[in-house]
Amino acid sequence: MNTNAPPIEIQGVTRQFANKRALDNVSLTVERGVVFGLVGENGAGKTTLIKHILGLLRAQNGSVRVFGLDPVADPAQVLARIGYLSENRDLPGWMRVDELLRYTRAFYKSWDDRYAEELRAQFGLNNSARVKNLSRGETARAGLLLALAHRPPLLVLDEPSSGLDPIVRRDILEAIIRTVAEEGRTVLFSSHLLEEVERVSDHLAMMHNGKLVLCGALEDIKAAHRRIVIRFDSALGRPPVLEGALSVTGAAHEWTVICNGIGNVTASATRLGGKIVSEHSPSLDEIFVAHASTKQGVV
Amino acid sequence: MQIHISANDGVPIYLQIVNQVKYLVACGRLASGEELPPIRALAEQLLVNPNTIARAYMELERDGIVAKRHGSGTYVSDAGSPLARKERMKILSERADALLAEAHHLNVDLDSVIDLLKQRRKLLNKEPS
Repeated sequence: MNTNAPPIEIQGVTRQFANKRALDNVSLTVERGVVFGLVGENGAGKTTLIKHILGLLRAQNGSVRVFGLDPVADPAQVLARIGYLSENRDLPGWMRVDELLRYTRAFYKSWDDRYAEELRAQFGLNNSARVKNLSRGETARAGLLLALAHRPPLLVLDEPSSGLDPIVRRDILEAIIRTVAEEGRTVLFSSHLLEEVERVSDHLAMMHNGKLVLCGALEDIKAAHRRIVIRFDSALGRPPVLEGALSVTGAAHEWTVICNGIGNVTASATRLGGKIVSEHSPSLDEIFVAHASTKQGVV
Repeated sequence: MQIHISANDGVPIYLQIVNQVKYLVACGRLASGEELPPIRALAEQLLVNPNTIARAYMELERDGIVAKRHGSGTYVSDAGSPLARKERMKILSERADALLAEAHHLNVDLDSVIDLLKQRRKLLNKEPS
């Protein structure tokens, strides 16, 4: 294994399911020590991408490397380095919590008993409880414990917060922060909750219809996107066509434009006789909606 | 040190931290010489990426609000006071702008607003604090 290889390196991966293109020439690199947020609508391709990282799907085109290893050719090596929590936490219901821990422990050389016990106590999981009798929040915590206790260099969370109450969500975010605060560990997580993504991630990839429409440092993405309001002296019956605009909403005299880089929009607004009356930094939600609503969607 | 982050208002999170620490220093809730929490501890408390906290601390250091002491933590600097006055006025300016805008919409002129402020202060001074 190449010890300097980035945790995740995906190049030109395409995946076709029947007549749906789930991934369309996706390339991205996740560097060591970052929290990488993966966002996109349902069906955008996030889970399919994660399945390639875990080696559950073989790349039809392109290549997937995890710490320099091919997850399909070398699943044991790759999975030993990944802590994984999925939205469907399918844990064996007939086991007791202590049995579940002993069972999972056997798969990982790096399992840390003290850390596992610390997490179990912190999460309030009862050793003698049957997994099938755990509440939804407890099941999520049990899944999180299993993903963390072997102290993986890469933590992969697929929609970890979906359908959970704020207290469990807090546990999950705390785990992400702690993981990355420990030198050199890396987190990839997908989420619909953009507020969470904005808080904890430093890199962001946005998917739309199987394509990567946005990828980079969160700070750069936020700095490049602007929400501007353009005012026209005469009322417009339909949205003005502005070069470089991701979305244009409004009515009559005033229109709100979300754009990635302001230059082209300003120029074409001026040509149409519009004047910029305000300029702000949009929230991640607004950026997301703007990208998801553009037809071409490519930057 | 109490800081509240709102991830949805467009202001970058590091800047929210910077502004709030400046505010806390300006209004004396963070005294000079007081230690700021370690980056990791604040990251876990606010549930914010540690790099974001580091960035905020760097900006605060650049602005002279805090200073790093070698080998230990980050402390509110002694030179905080002249800047603090500027920050105090900046905070008040924002409130003043909002007040003036509201007064304008309600058709209340500036002299009446000033009279109102004086009148309110009299009332406040009467009440035991």
